[in-house]
Amino acid sequence: MKRFASIAFGTATALFLQGCAGWQSALDPKGPAASELAWLIWFFAGLCAVVWVLVMIALAMPLMMRPREPAEPLVLDAGADNRKLRVVMTAVGLTAVILIGLTLLSFFANRTLAAIGSDAALTIRVTGHQWWWEVRYEDATPSRILTTANEIHIPAGEPVRLLLTSTDVIHSFWVPSLSGKLDLIPGHMNVLDIKADKPGVYRGQCAEFCGAQHANMGTFIIAEPRAKFDAWWNDQLQPAAAPMSGEAKAGEDLFLNRPCVMCHKIGGTPAGGTVAPDLTHVASRQTLAAGTLTMSRGNLAAWIADPQGVKPGSHMPVVDLSGDELNAIVAYLEGLK
Amino acid sequence: MRPAVVMLLLAGLALAACQREERDTRPQSALGSGEQPTPVTTLEPGGQRPSPSDNKAASFEANAFHLSEGKRLFGWFNCSGCHANGGGGMGPALMDEKWIYGSSMESIHATIRDGRPNGMPSFRDMIPDDQIWELAAFVRSLSGNAPSAAAPSRDDDMMAHPSENRMPNAATLGKSP
Repeated sequence: MKRFASIAFGTATALFLQGCAGWQSALDPKGPAASELAWLIWFFAGLCAVVWVLVMIALAMPLMMRPREPAEPLVLDAGADNRKLRVVMTAVGLTAVILIGLTLLSFFANRTLAAIGSDAALTIRVTGHQWWWEVRYEDATPSRILTTANEIHIPAGEPVRLLLTSTDVIHSFWVPSLSGKLDLIPGHMNVLDIKADKPGVYRGQCAEFCGAQHANMGTFIIAEPRAKFDAWWNDQLQPAAAPMSGEAKAGEDLFLNRPCVMCHKIGGTPAGGTVAPDLTHVASRQTLAAGTLTMSRGNLAAWIADPQGVKPGSHMPVVDLSGDELNAIVAYLEGLK
Repeated sequence: MRPAVVMLLLAGLALAACQREERDTRPQSALGSGEQPTPVTTLEPGGQRPSPSDNKAASFEANAFHLSEGKRLFGWFNCSGCHANGGGGMGPALMDEKWIYGSSMESIHATIRDGRPNGMPSFRDMIPDDQIWELAAFVRSLSGNAPSAAAPSRDDDMMAHPSENRMPNAATLGKSP
């Protein structure tokens, strides 16, 4: 029975810890910053657990022990008093050493984090909006500056510098598998350096309450080998694909003559709004509405037909479209790979 | 028994605070709520033509959410390009007491939806109807015509004029009561 209980406990613990793995976990680090932080988390937790156990033992001991009755209660025992004083002073000294030690560890970990991006070749501006992320790749050549949304492609194994700011309220950028969190503050630029050791997709999440759809403000870091990343960048710089079918052509016309055009941009067309996500290559992204829906024709239609049902409070208004108009616009957007 | 009843009452009161403000974000019919004819002249027999009243006019004008949404859209859609934060430039000023086409919500809504001669473009089909009502409510707040409890009280950018809830009513400004 005892053996069964211990096996069950072990299995439950293993299953529980399994929740710490995956594409969004500070305990499953995939980059140097996250590794440094994960090590710090475990060391702090371990050391504090040891101290807690020692304190509990020290508390329990006098309760368990039978009090010694001195022969003469009124006579002071200078030796015993000295012993007690020595124990207390030792404990105080040890506490000071541990606290200073942990502070130093934290300080040196911070130095390591700050040094990650000192030679970063790639700079990306990430601007927080209610409730999506604007991503702008900086380049010395103006024609190579690229604006996209919600998905951040980076070359794997290279440090990348992120410049974080916001246009409305304070957001916080947190991709736990790669680094710690840092706020996006309106009118202020924060700098966060990240590096992914291996190619992969790492999920991030706004970590500062920013309004009704804070929970649906996700982002994805997509780390790729350098060659693939360069190819992606060149693809994204191209103007939007011309509509292939008659329905898609009708969708393009509708897009340009309906409220869509007031806020969104599609490169290569007159649509030039910058207050909502750039849709030039919207169908090449994996998700819609900042990680709320996976990219598919059905989800595109659902999102356009009733954004206030999918993401209540979002700044995308309900637009009155007939079924045919909705289908045409979806057919057009679906082709924007 | 009695403390339990009091506790229950208190808990009920505390839970009542969890009630969120209801925001009207899903219009019944988004475009073309009314097919009023576009007036091309203000000359009417017997004075001003009574514009058909819309039930959205009153409810949007006194609603803080719709007023602040109107403020956001005013910036997003670059109304300031011509109206310069309400001070006027290429287009007429919006914070004074002069209204070329009438000061009612319905008139401003018609102005945005259908456009006006000499430059104001028509935004019919380009802005959903509810958003036009929000803009109309905000435009009225620029001349102090919105309830100060509902009008926006701050600005995310540099303030071009006093916040909308402190704007003096342009119609009575400088006149003794």
